Amino acid sequence: MLNQDPLKYRELAAKAVEDKQLHRALAKMRDKVGRNAVNLYNQLSPGHDPRQDAKAVRRKIVDNLDVVLETLSANIRARGGHVHLAETGEDAVEYCLGVARRFEVSRVVKGKSMLSEEIHLNDALEAAGIETVETDLGEYIVQLKGEAPSHIIAPAIHYTREQVGELFAEKLDQPYTDDPPTLTAMARKALREKMLTADMGISGGNTACAETGHVTIVSNEGNIRMATTMPRVHVVLLGIEKIAATLEDHDILLRMLTRAAAGQKISTYVSYVGGPRLPDEPDGPEEFHLVLVDNGRSRILADPDFREVLHCVRCGGCLNVCPVYMAIGGHSYGSPYCGPIGAVFTPLTRGINTCHHLCQGETLCGACKQVCPVDNDLPRMLSLLRSKLADGDRRWDVRRQSLPTKLVFGAWSVIMRHRRMYDALSVMARFGQRLLPRKNGWIRRLPGPLGGWTRGRDFPPLAQESFADRWARRDKTGRGA
Amino acid sequence: MTKPKRVTLFIQCIVDSCFPAVGEAMVKVLERQGLALDYPANQTCCGQPAFNAGYRDEAARLASHYLDVFEDAEAIVCPSGSCVHMVRHHYMELFAKDPRQLDRARRVAAKTFEFTEFLVEVLGVTDVGATWNGQVTYHDSCHLLRGLGVKDQPRALLSGVRGLTLVEMTRSDECCGFGGTFSAKYPEISEALLETKLANIQATGTGAVVGCDMGCLMHMQGMIRRRELPISVHHIAEILAGEE
Repeated sequence: MLNQDPLKYRELAAKAVEDKQLHRALAKMRDKVGRNAVNLYNQLSPGHDPRQDAKAVRRKIVDNLDVVLETLSANIRARGGHVHLAETGEDAVEYCLGVARRFEVSRVVKGKSMLSEEIHLNDALEAAGIETVETDLGEYIVQLKGEAPSHIIAPAIHYTREQVGELFAEKLDQPYTDDPPTLTAMARKALREKMLTADMGISGGNTACAETGHVTIVSNEGNIRMATTMPRVHVVLLGIEKIAATLEDHDILLRMLTRAAAGQKISTYVSYVGGPRLPDEPDGPEEFHLVLVDNGRSRILADPDFREVLHCVRCGGCLNVCPVYMAIGGHSYGSPYCGPIGAVFTPLTRGINTCHHLCQGETLCGACKQVCPVDNDLPRMLSLLRSKLADGDRRWDVRRQSLPTKLVFGAWSVIMRHRRMYDALSVMARFGQRLLPRKNGWIRRLPGPLGGWTRGRDFPPLAQESFADRWARRDKTGRGA
Repeated sequence: MTKPKRVTLFIQCIVDSCFPAVGEAMVKVLERQGLALDYPANQTCCGQPAFNAGYRDEAARLASHYLDVFEDAEAIVCPSGSCVHMVRHHYMELFAKDPRQLDRARRVAAKTFEFTEFLVEVLGVTDVGATWNGQVTYHDSCHLLRGLGVKDQPRALLSGVRGLTLVEMTRSDECCGFGGTFSAKYPEISEALLETKLANIQATGTGAVVGCDMGCLMHMQGMIRRRELPISVHHIAEILAGEE
């Protein structure tokens, strides 16, 4: 897995902004899906915002997560499935390896799991000598390339079909083509061979339903049906928060998920799985395991300021409208969860200091909030994360990021509360700015940390007379402002 | 809110220091509406730069200063959506644990308006008697649009200007990449967003962009000047103050 370092954000982003091909691909996503999502909400039922219903449903579930988890576990077990609560990523990986050893697995087919990226499952399986094949087409492409997904629901969005053609020609030993149906057929043939011979299927889940004890997986290719039902054992990895309490809640969330994710009323395939094959059933696995993964989520649950982020249904909708994501692509975030949701979720699970760029490298424009199917206030949480970096926070183990910046803002707040000091400083700055290079009146180069601005943009000079000065003159002379 | 007789000006810090003509243009428009104006001389900044950077204690001190300065005003009008958004929404966050200040903040926030919002919503005016010959495109600033819900008001005012034609750009509601300190801290990303915005402006063929926030406009103008692009940048107050 590549690019798992959020500290490289700026460096990777600086490279990605030059990648014209990436921008074309992402713009297509934005224009096709991103901007339609909000319109689709409005079509559901005039005069009422379904996002608020979905938000209320998610809040109720997350606030009662212990009860919901217990119900889900009991119902899965009643059908003969196994449930394991994994406190950490390592714990979840170890559990999967244990199941694989017991079944003497040599090949795993998997798919539809960002969580497996979060816990580095593929690396662990490969290290244990188990071949692991992604079966979702996008994930398969990314895996063949030796890369990580760059979008939550469209993992290979950053590739053109020509690039996929070259990749398949090289890795699948096929003649080159960039015809999508032919490429799909190639992948289909290769993947079916893998699925027919795999001993274990691993999947994520878009949601589980506690009331019925099943896991729901949406897809548009249907490969995941085979990956989860053909092998002898199926393991589902699910974040502890991705659960609906009742079938009714499940229905509300599923509809919102597919709308926000792909502008679809429902996806092509919706798979409901949740137990081993019963004696009178023709197919299904011999054993079924549900691994509920915490990995930092209960810490988020315990903080009322951030609990809201657990409402997320992982539709990726916020990515498709985020201008920053559109400019830098998913790999810049150094985390499987990229874009605005990643910028909040990743710091909370991997450490706020480690991910300070993710918290700060956004404009707080609010487009993500507007499109979110559960009305998550991501800008509010980003701003709060920044305040933890500014002042430190023992509860979240955050060190203050910069004492000099703190002192600068402290001094600034003193000056700004005293108009005379502000004016005196302005007079000094007006003299000082004469030393700076200018062109056509505007400043070409600013000193120190402000220099970032003048890398590619000029900066306005202070006016010789401020508005306040002009107003004062008018009061005296009746002219001016 | 009933139509006030007196309006207190809140001139955001960058207009005060760098673009005083924008403040003067707003004064002209408001005076033409027959309003008496006040300008408390001890006002400075709403605290937004500190808030966005995460320095909440420092921002709260400025927020308190704002409340002291403007508490007795009848109505407060500001030529910036993001400053008004700060006062109306983030002050409540800053004072969430201080009931006395929270109460003051609520009262002051309820009478703080963005310029175009004030003209259209409070005064009920869309034709301010301005003339401006030519085509312009309009940029929706993020905090104004999504924070305050101000979208139609500036457009209504522009369509009330004689001689002016508004040509909408593609994705007028997409961020220009300013984001306060973000623009200096992550210049590569900020510039990429700005390039997209400027390309969308140029594609309209108008050669002029109008907005309601000097932050965004200063950002756009920064790259326009650096690259010597043929786009003129105008705060809406300057257009609305235009006479024959």
